[in-house]
Amino acid sequence: MPGTITDEIEITDGGRGGGVDVPAGGDDGGDGSGGRYPGTPRRAYLTVIQLALAGIIMFFMALTSSFLVRKGLGNDWVAFSLPRILWVNTLILLASSVTIHVARRRLRGAEKVAFKRWWAATTGLGVLFLGGQLMAWRELAGQGVFLASNPSSSFFYVLTAAHGLHLLGGILALLYVSQRNWRRSRISQVTATDVASIYWHCMDGLWVFLFALLYLGR
Amino acid sequence: MIRKTGERGSAAVAFTFATFLVIFTGVTVYLFLAKIWWFPPAITQFGTQIDAQFHRTLIITGIVFILAQLGLAYAVFQSRDRGQRVSFFEGNSAMEFIWTLATVIMFVGLGLYGEHAWAEAHFQGAAPGALQLEVTGQQFAWNFRYAGPDGKFGATKPELVSASSGNPLGLDPRDAAAKDDIVSPVAYVPVGHEIELLIRTQDVTHSFYVRELRLKQDAVPGMVIHMHFNPEVIGQYELACAELCGLGHYRMRSFVNVVSQEDYDKWVRDQETALQQQ
Amino acid sequence: MGQRSGDGLTAAVDSIKREPDGSRSDSMVTHESGGHHHPPSSFIRKYIFSLDHKVIGIQYYLLALFSVFLGMALSMLMRIHLVWPDLKMPFTPGGQMTPEQYLALVTMHGSIMVFMVLTTAPQSGFGNYMLPIQIGAEDMAFPVLNMLSFWTTFVSLVVLVSAFFVTGGAPISGWTAYPTLSALGQITGPGEGAGQTLWVIGVAIFCIASLLGALNFITTTVDLRAKGMTLGRMPLTVWAWLITAILGLLAFGVLLAACLLLLLDRVAGTSFFIPGGLVVTDTPITSHTGGSPLLWQHLFWFFGHPEVYIAILPGMGVASHVLSTFSRKPVFGYKAMVGALGAIGFLGFCVWGHHMFVSGMSPYSAFAFSLLTMTIGVPSAIKTFNWLGTLWGGKIRFTTAMMFALGFVSLFVTGGLSGLFLAQPSIDLYLHDTYFVVAHFHLIMGVAAIFGIFAATYFWFPKMFGRMLNETIGKIHFWFTFVGVYAIFMPMHFLGLAGHPRRYADTTGVNFLAPLHPVHYFITIAAMITITAQLIFLFNFFYSMKAGKKATENPWEATTLEWSIPSPPPFDNFAGHIPVVYRGPYEFSVPGATDDYIPQHVTPERVGKAH
Repeated sequence: MPGTITDEIEITDGGRGGGVDVPAGGDDGGDGSGGRYPGTPRRAYLTVIQLALAGIIMFFMALTSSFLVRKGLGNDWVAFSLPRILWVNTLILLASSVTIHVARRRLRGAEKVAFKRWWAATTGLGVLFLGGQLMAWRELAGQGVFLASNPSSSFFYVLTAAHGLHLLGGILALLYVSQRNWRRSRISQVTATDVASIYWHCMDGLWVFLFALLYLGR
Repeated sequence: MIRKTGERGSAAVAFTFATFLVIFTGVTVYLFLAKIWWFPPAITQFGTQIDAQFHRTLIITGIVFILAQLGLAYAVFQSRDRGQRVSFFEGNSAMEFIWTLATVIMFVGLGLYGEHAWAEAHFQGAAPGALQLEVTGQQFAWNFRYAGPDGKFGATKPELVSASSGNPLGLDPRDAAAKDDIVSPVAYVPVGHEIELLIRTQDVTHSFYVRELRLKQDAVPGMVIHMHFNPEVIGQYELACAELCGLGHYRMRSFVNVVSQEDYDKWVRDQETALQQQ
Repeated sequence: MGQRSGDGLTAAVDSIKREPDGSRSDSMVTHESGGHHHPPSSFIRKYIFSLDHKVIGIQYYLLALFSVFLGMALSMLMRIHLVWPDLKMPFTPGGQMTPEQYLALVTMHGSIMVFMVLTTAPQSGFGNYMLPIQIGAEDMAFPVLNMLSFWTTFVSLVVLVSAFFVTGGAPISGWTAYPTLSALGQITGPGEGAGQTLWVIGVAIFCIASLLGALNFITTTVDLRAKGMTLGRMPLTVWAWLITAILGLLAFGVLLAACLLLLLDRVAGTSFFIPGGLVVTDTPITSHTGGSPLLWQHLFWFFGHPEVYIAILPGMGVASHVLSTFSRKPVFGYKAMVGALGAIGFLGFCVWGHHMFVSGMSPYSAFAFSLLTMTIGVPSAIKTFNWLGTLWGGKIRFTTAMMFALGFVSLFVTGGLSGLFLAQPSIDLYLHDTYFVVAHFHLIMGVAAIFGIFAATYFWFPKMFGRMLNETIGKIHFWFTFVGVYAIFMPMHFLGLAGHPRRYADTTGVNFLAPLHPVHYFITIAAMITITAQLIFLFNFFYSMKAGKKATENPWEATTLEWSIPSPPPFDNFAGHIPVVYRGPYEFSVPGATDDYIPQHVTPERVGKAH
């Protein structure tokens, strides 16, 4: 489940007061870049990730409706069997949603080490998923099924590639959360994990939807 | 600060603006009434219905146009700074309701009223016994095809298309039905007869457009789109392509000749004779 | 709530308390702004990769300014070619303009004007600059994202313009890029090779830039409003920017998907939009089959129609704002105005099929789209009535900004009414793809929306640059432009009624166009005069930036928050003192007050009372 999106009292790291993501200290970071912008409230991060997902969903809805229209157009839609590894990949991604959920719980419970482990597990599963997708592509290519072979394969590659690209963005977000020095960042660790989690869960759900579409529509 | 005296120059600007709007409205209305550049006369019943709906729309939009522009002119003139007190009001729910309702009734009513003509053109197919006329667009010409005495359109093959060798539609010489197909760069149709168009294209999207028929239909790659009309006035009518199709879009022109039944039959006979001599 | 305490954790008590009306708590707001915020010092951080929404807003505006002059130059070449086709033109190798060069001008004129002018200046330009200030925020919610949005837009402009310089030149398929003309490649015509591919990529990049921008606009408006700035006290400009951003967020993803599929059809051999059995110039196309050109049209117009509302909505917000300010009267029917903006935005997603009445789409859906389109005229009419209601009984100050706002109302009416003809498919059968459509969308977009930009410019220039634009020169600019645009575009209605198709490089190929040549001459002359007159504006703009009369904090005696800070504003807008808002945005000529305006941030005790 995506994190609860409420105006929770912010639990910050580094002993700073105030509920807003205010940078510690008053210096300008020493690079002449000017002081950091002082106040983006936590709620804004939660708003923006939901908006971003709305925009992303519109993109995938356009591809989905194109899929349905194209399929219904003629009789040149050739079914092909989806590589079995896709089922494994789906399980991997679903598992990663579980691990990210546990990670967030650990963070809220201030169990730092456990959080890091579960978060790393999520990242690893994400990378495994992408690797599995590439293997699915290799399998299809080996059977002679390419992007331009047939409209059904065209959509397969387009949808999996688009989703994979967005998931890669999610992995970069996960890495950001695991590597960031929270003392120097505008966003707090809790908010960052919440935002990354919301995005991750949605990418998971999106994959389930696309997989169902590709499977039922093949 | 509330000025008690009128702002200098305010009256001049207000007057100029209002006057311009009045002149502009007048000139526009005149030009629409004078019909200097206008539709050519319609040659079908359907066309006449379209023209009637157009006039209805013109009257309603004309009235709204005049009221709005003159209303703006008057509001500006009346509200110029004459040292007056401002009439403070933030809205008027009753007026909002009334003019919203009026607008809904006018606009939606107008739309619904005009749907009948659209339904006639598109919801129903051609009348039985219509003359089948296939029109194919390509970069940058139109070709018309008649099925000939056998009443069947022959097969075509993309590989056989060769405008330079006189086979722009790629008729298959091995198909018996294709032997009597008449292919012509201009159309001849008999007056008073229902015509069914089968609109196709070979390459990109074109659009079949004959003003006097009040008809326009895109020719879409991969589709054969049907249109029907019944021309009632003899004459030669220009066909212009109405969808951007490449560099020759502006010169993709042909003619639809509406002729008497006798002239049409003669033309068909001449075409068939020419075919047999090939 | 799930909060726990533990080592090293501090539960903030006085954290993000929200007022019942949704605005942020005062204590936190003023607490945050002190001390931590310094202006950037290096040139690059100040002017190039600035995170300041004001600088970014000006960057967008300058990008739009460049683009509009480029777009006008292209249209000037088009107009000249139409009436003097034998004239030797600059930039055309060989001297005379070819039909494909004309179509390349058509394509790039449309693309640059719609994307780089009408989608940038009113929204990303003025919205970026004024939105945070008008709601009492120190910057957009995500300044880095904001900076990225601008530079991504810049990259997309570069990519788009580069299409002119590749082999074959710019594409010839119009800004609408319908396949199969745009999908089959070089074989369909010059410019359809690399030029079209660059166009698709450039537009796709623009989609991403717009999505990023929309994220900032919506989040900022929803989450960063100052105390007392409830939704019901937001200026109509802010409402317009908010709704426009929502439209952009939901629409640009669809165009991005469409561009992706078109790109794949062009370079990867797919057949999303290309059916089988095609023959181009006697050459059979065997590598594609089964696709649908109509699919592109549905995707494109699903984006395309909200896009034109994206172009006009901010102008409507500015018009309401300026009309109210210079009539010294509240906006008539504020709630209805907000509702109308929302209705236009929502319905804008439901009418895309009216671009496709003759496309081969089902005639039954045409019927549905037609009724929905007629309906969208209703909120537009409501806005027009309310603008008149705002003026009525007022006391008008005829500043140049006001003139352009008044002109906006007239142009919006004219342009909008021609839509009533086009919305009816039976009438559209005749008028589709004729100059009647060109007249309609130019009056609405190419003029009314531009007048919105001009009104905003003349209104906010003093705030942005600390100097006044010259009002006399401004009025001359206004009159030339107002008369000029009507002279250019009104005659086009009659060209359309006579059946003149659009995108014709030449009028000698079709007999029935011959009697229309005098109209073309008139239009071209009017265009030459009007476009030249824009140089007056350009001069005024850059001259006044340096040498205009110095502007005070509130030269227009206006009420919204931007007029409570210095001209130009300090880098953090409010110098650490975020205002609190006590009233709505259009409190003009309130009975019982000494002044004919009460700014939003003045406390009730300090409002002078007339006795």
